[in-house]
Amino acid sequence: MKYLSDIGSYFLMLKKVFGGFTKGSVLRELIFKEIDDLVIGSLGIVAFISFFVGGVITIQTALNLTNPLIPKSLIAFATRQSIILEFAPTFMSIIMAGKVGSFITSSIGSMRVTEQIDALEVMGINSLNYLVFPKIVAMMFYPLVIALAMFLGIMGGYVAGVYGGFTNSTDFGIGLRDTFEPFHLVYAFLKTFVFAFIIATVPSWQGYYMKGGALEVGKASTNSFVWTSVLIILANYIITQLLLS
Amino acid sequence: MITVENVKKSFGDQEILKGISTTFVKGKTNLIIGQSGSGKSVMLKCLLGLFTPEEGRIYYEDKAIQDMDDDQQRELRENIGMLFQGGALFDSMTIEENVMFPLRMFTKQSKEEMLTRVNDVLERVNLQGENKKYPAEISGGMQKRVSIARAIVNRPKYLFCDEPNSGLDPKTATVIDNLIQEITHEFDITTVVVTHDMNSVMEIGEHINFLKNGLLVWKGNQEDIFKTDNKDVTDFVYSSDLFKKIREVQLKGK
Repeated sequence: MKYLSDIGSYFLMLKKVFGGFTKGSVLRELIFKEIDDLVIGSLGIVAFISFFVGGVITIQTALNLTNPLIPKSLIAFATRQSIILEFAPTFMSIIMAGKVGSFITSSIGSMRVTEQIDALEVMGINSLNYLVFPKIVAMMFYPLVIALAMFLGIMGGYVAGVYGGFTNSTDFGIGLRDTFEPFHLVYAFLKTFVFAFIIATVPSWQGYYMKGGALEVGKASTNSFVWTSVLIILANYIITQLLLS
Repeated sequence: MITVENVKKSFGDQEILKGISTTFVKGKTNLIIGQSGSGKSVMLKCLLGLFTPEEGRIYYEDKAIQDMDDDQQRELRENIGMLFQGGALFDSMTIEENVMFPLRMFTKQSKEEMLTRVNDVLERVNLQGENKKYPAEISGGMQKRVSIARAIVNRPKYLFCDEPNSGLDPKTATVIDNLIQEITHEFDITTVVVTHDMNSVMEIGEHINFLKNGLLVWKGNQEDIFKTDNKDVTDFVYSSDLFKKIREVQLKGK
């Protein structure tokens, strides 16, 4: 019963987020601030993880392709498919659910605890629009982060594969272009938009409706990560079933 | 003026406000006092429209808050200043940005005009020159004063204060009390203060409403409260040793 009530409360929150708009000039500033906090601020960790995980995927693929009849270009092919289809959009989003999601929940939750949200409401400001809408808009730039993750993941794979002696530049290039399906990119970016919406809204809901003090802010952040991850995995399955099967 | 008629509010089976009727007078500091759990904060949130009462009506001048549409409620709230118990300052903003916030949201003033108004208000609360500090860098008393500055910067008609003295030393608490009363008289606004601090009652209690278990059991001013025979009020007033001793001296004098 509580889950049903929570789901209802989440959709009611979304309805309020897209109504009672904050003054345009203020909203514009908030959106730029959120882009800086949520998107630009995540580039470093995304670049680091993507590059090295790309390298690991290549090495593991190479070490498992021991049969001399299998062409070396398959290493790059497997790396490309793993990174574009799953690693960059899905697993990077789960990492972002931890980084960005916890930040959103704790910042909104702290505002709830210290009555800052009440202060906004008393002033006649739609606090949901003021707090959550800029985050949703900012997260619509999240696919750029995933594009960077794809690029750096493949670059990491190239460096690890070629300079680690598992393959050569020519084979890696052939593998990268081998039976490339542009629709896979459409699929990857489409699901990235869905994940971005989940990452912006689920942690916001957790923070906005939390009750209690500092300890509960911590609990809400943990719940936020768990539920955002669960929803990303579920959405990933449904989108994959709908678009690829 | 704010008029409250037979306001009732419950949470689940628990009836918090059991039919309160009173008036909050313009240009005066109106206090809502009572023990913890008496319904003071719920009453305040009903007045602010943050809670909707199950029964009763709350009138701002002649218009009931229940009859206002969203735009009218928004317009009303632009005329409300609120001092929260913990200050509720936006901790990611400087003092200047905090105080400027209502102006940015609700007026079309230029940056220079807003800055002039912010400096005037900060000077009024004796915080000139502190513009660029963040809330975490100033004391609790200063945070309260910034919160007052933010509450009055847009020249509200109504000022609400929730436990304005909580967590402050007696001297700073007196400064805050006096500031609230001066501002109330200076700008002729309707001020409602929720408190259980007897020092505040003595300092600024021009119109006092005493709540007990969700009922309004006594009304009067800061002089009447020490003369009343209402047992609920005397139990509350003379619960501290200091006031008990004052009472003993008064009785001996008689």
